Amino acid sequence: MNVHVNGKVESLPTDCSITILIEQMDLVGKRIAVELNLDIVPKSEHLQTQLKEGDVVEIVHAIGGG
Amino acid sequence: MTDSKITIAGVEYGSRLLVGTGKYKDMAETAEAIAASGTEIVTFAVRRTNLGQNADEPSLLDVISPEKYTLLPNTAACYTADDAVRTCRLARELLDGHDLVKLEVLGDEKTLFPNVVETLKAAETLINDGFKVMVYTSDDPIIAKQLAEMGCVAVMPLAAPIGSGLGIRNPHNIRMILEDATVPIIVDAGVGTASDAAIVMELGCDGVLMNTAIAAAQKPVLMASAMKKAVEAGREAFCAGRMPRKMYASASSPIDGTFF
Repeated sequence: MNVHVNGKVESLPTDCSITILIEQMDLVGKRIAVELNLDIVPKSEHLQTQLKEGDVVEIVHAIGGG
Repeated sequence: MTDSKITIAGVEYGSRLLVGTGKYKDMAETAEAIAASGTEIVTFAVRRTNLGQNADEPSLLDVISPEKYTLLPNTAACYTADDAVRTCRLARELLDGHDLVKLEVLGDEKTLFPNVVETLKAAETLINDGFKVMVYTSDDPIIAKQLAEMGCVAVMPLAAPIGSGLGIRNPHNIRMILEDATVPIIVDAGVGTASDAAIVMELGCDGVLMNTAIAAAQKPVLMASAMKKAVEAGREAFCAGRMPRKMYASASSPIDGTFF
């Protein structure tokens, strides 16, 4: 299935959770926050949150800024 | 008046200097300059994670640790209330529920002046959602008062455009804002060098927030140290109360006892 991740279309297996997406993107252990279709997905819900075709995911982190 | 602490949202801070983390050469310089500034509150931006590139790049939060500093996520680059609210919600998730934020909703790229209408909208939504909002705004005393009355925990008027280094352009407006202040007033943006920071503090502001003045100096770490001293000196001078200005001279040595 195709899911939009940070503005790019990613081809992911069906039954893909946020946790699996984070593993696939090599972001395990990083300080990040995840938004799914404009709603925050708390860390505690990454495992049980399943992605579906056409979902829009944003994964953000902290960077330098003023 | 000998106070040296600033209280924001019920928390006391020893340093009245707040700093940003943008525009530094690298993470090491960022960390060194921030340590030299003596700051306790550090602002940062929230952006998309790089996917599949620079996996080993150090993260800002590894260098500026949330255990050591109060982290202040900002909504830089947001031009609508909706984008700013969305950014704050992501930041709260990123920082495990930490809800102090620096709200800035910009008007245009050329001036980076705030869009005050969108700022008011965003502030209201965020406060209702439980955020503690430190808000970047224009130096308009009426809007500053409204933002404080809404429940913002600090009002942060600009001294000059962001990144301009022009220094405090309208000290009279800042003084008017201070006269009616019910929350800390922190000048955010426009400081260029140490004397600018000292002037901000001499006016009676509770603090000053800066980024470019330090990061774009020839020697950022040295400028960070200069800013620390300037903020302290300016605050002490404000608390000490300056002498009145006079038109003519007034001799410092007595006339009595002269032998010539």
